[in-house]
Amino acid sequence: MSGRREVWITGVGLVTCLGEGLDANWAHLQGGDPPAYDAKTFAPYVVHPLPPINFDRQIPKKSDQRQMELWQRIGVYAAGLALNDAGIAGKPDLLDGTDMIVAAAGGERDIPADTGILTGLRKVAERGPFLNERLMSDLRPTLFLAQLPNLLAGNISIVHGVVGSSRTFLGEEAAGVDAVRIAQARIAAGQSELTLVGGAYNGARWDVLLVFEQSGAALKNAFAPVWDRGASGGFAPGNLGAFLVLESREHARARGARLRGRLSAVVSDRNKRQPGDIEATLRREWETIAEKVDRMRAVVVSGAAGLQPATAAEQSVLKEIGLPVRNTGTYIGHGMEAQFVANLGVACAVLEHGKLFAPAGTGDTGANPAEISQVVVTSVGNWRGEGLALVERVV
Amino acid sequence: MAAAKRDKLGRPVVAVTGIGIVTSLGIGKSDNWKKLSGGVSGIKHISRFPTAGLRTTIAGTVGEVYRENMSPAELSERVALLAGEEAIAESGIGAKGRFPGPLYLAPPPLEIEWADRTAMAEMAASDADTTYPDLLRVARDYAAGHGAFKFGIIGENLAEHFGTEGSPVSLNTACASGASAIQLGMEAIRRGDCQAALAIGADASLTPESLVRFSLLSALSTQNDPPERASKPFSKNRDGFVLAEGAAALVLEDLDHARARGARVIGIIEGYGEKSDSFHRTRSSPDGKPIFTTIRKALADAGVGPQDIDYINAHGTSTPENDKMEHLGVSTVFGEAIRGIPISSNKSMIGHTLTAAGAVEAAFTLLTLQHQRVPPTINHAIPDPAISLDVVPNVARDVKMRRAMSNSFGFGGQNVCLVMALEPA
Repeated sequence: MSGRREVWITGVGLVTCLGEGLDANWAHLQGGDPPAYDAKTFAPYVVHPLPPINFDRQIPKKSDQRQMELWQRIGVYAAGLALNDAGIAGKPDLLDGTDMIVAAAGGERDIPADTGILTGLRKVAERGPFLNERLMSDLRPTLFLAQLPNLLAGNISIVHGVVGSSRTFLGEEAAGVDAVRIAQARIAAGQSELTLVGGAYNGARWDVLLVFEQSGAALKNAFAPVWDRGASGGFAPGNLGAFLVLESREHARARGARLRGRLSAVVSDRNKRQPGDIEATLRREWETIAEKVDRMRAVVVSGAAGLQPATAAEQSVLKEIGLPVRNTGTYIGHGMEAQFVANLGVACAVLEHGKLFAPAGTGDTGANPAEISQVVVTSVGNWRGEGLALVERVV
Repeated sequence: MAAAKRDKLGRPVVAVTGIGIVTSLGIGKSDNWKKLSGGVSGIKHISRFPTAGLRTTIAGTVGEVYRENMSPAELSERVALLAGEEAIAESGIGAKGRFPGPLYLAPPPLEIEWADRTAMAEMAASDADTTYPDLLRVARDYAAGHGAFKFGIIGENLAEHFGTEGSPVSLNTACASGASAIQLGMEAIRRGDCQAALAIGADASLTPESLVRFSLLSALSTQNDPPERASKPFSKNRDGFVLAEGAAALVLEDLDHARARGARVIGIIEGYGEKSDSFHRTRSSPDGKPIFTTIRKALADAGVGPQDIDYINAHGTSTPENDKMEHLGVSTVFGEAIRGIPISSNKSMIGHTLTAAGAVEAAFTLLTLQHQRVPPTINHAIPDPAISLDVVPNVARDVKMRRAMSNSFGFGGQNVCLVMALEPA
């Protein structure tokens, strides 16, 4: 379709194990500081928990904080950072028309309640009535609201006043890629002027580990960079909140917004994950953006999570493409729905500073180009979710 | 060659060429419509699990589809699949296993279920209290026999089955989810990204915990006897919604594309409105502004005015809060004229199908236009004197209609309104 508009990234909000804000994260990445992970609390699993965060700074009311579980607080906090960065926080005339697409999973469990009930269930003959009674007495009414996927968006509306529209996408990494893809497409086509897009993940949780132990996706080996985690590999779940403010060029110009980068393309697709499928999908996606890429001035920020064979497949395609590569997963862990958005944020920092951050592991190849004007961001999900985006500097 | 058909704002027109429905009333739109227009309730006592100790013991389940030990994921996928197959067959679009467009799905949010947790606890057989590390110890062996949990599994399996294009999008806007799925499809067609899209809302997630969660929020009716009388939207003695299961699928298609292939057009989705509410997590802003703004945006997007609406398919959950706020919302938009517009709630018969509701009720709204007959709001014995609406009490009514709208409101401040019409000349 002709006449599509430019989509600009005018705000980034990031909360990771490295700290809050794009600058703090960049300082850590750029310095190549040791990754911040915890191999003890959930041993043998490795997770990337948050440093202490003063949630009051973005969620002033304690009553609001009490209505949320950690994944929602992380998300509302990161969303607030993005709105601030874009200069639209606290401006009802703009927030009233700000659309929102959140990628989320929800479902945070009350671990003591679950284990108490499970212990009891094994001792009773009539399990059905026992389960009913214990659920009625042990579940906190507000826990449901902390479990509903769309209540991250709901809390962002309440706390930050983003009330244009609100949609929540489900489904692991693919949800994050598709949230950005559709947000970008809506603005490009004139269906939105201003959109807050992002996600949040609390990976340092027993219930998350239970899900990914089922599929063998969670890292149990000793910590290593994502590229070098052995034959089966694994991802290390992280606590991660990442939001972007996307805006039409016209709208951003009219209000004098700072441009962090132009989001020129976002592509996603599914495959059956048979041998060779990941490579084929990534190659096909690369073909859709290849002609826009200036090979002398482009780099890759990879979303490789460390799970095999997915990470090896991505590595082989990136080798074919031949651009310099850096991954973030080694440093910030894997934030599932939020990972792709976080990496788009990091891409903006790469453009701003005109250089790559420190390599970590054998897949981080290539030296800093003299100049960087484009960043290709990748996603290869733990079982689906292959996507690419192109972020460009505008001169 | 005929000029491309465009709406008043110059965009492609979004037609519906296929509909599929599964609810507690039955499988397929013919059976559903017969019962819905006949004022039949699908609400029954729950037989899927013991209800001792629960305050609410009734629901609208898809009993005809359920098989012993099906998980919410499996059952939701099954009803989505049945609805999708019916819609695609009616539409005649594409080829078997090759739907020429993307999938937008509103599934229930999935979790590992108590059945799985309990089975893992058994496998772990620890002497002491069961802990999460116990479950983790056996998780892989358990998954080897039962499949690993995946949040996006329903969309993935449906995309594979129907052969839809691209990454399947699963979304959740609470009780507005089904309407949001339709919106996403409309937007994609209007952008010219595709000429067809498959929108499905499906929710068959009745479990003890899902019931208890709503129960603890005092959202459910506790008038369990007789079950079919519990859901009574807009009545004075309404006391909550009835949790229900169901699915609907709509084949959305660029009108030009539909006409070019000689497809029968069931109706047009002319516009949508969407406005978030920042007042409270479960309650609407007392001034009704987000609701009436949503409706006004839908009318504006459709390029019509309140005087052009002949029927309103209410969200009408039968909770004290929703029905009061919906009354305020529509009264604000339509003024005195609201008394002359029939507005009925399908939920009086099928209960609240949660993430499916927006799609199920959009599908029923199109059938209402097609049949020129408004399904009733049943159980309307004691009208609420504070609600002055023509709710089409208890008996269906033949009405000459050209255009209708359907409301969907959800926890988390979600509000969506769709405007639908018969095919233009």
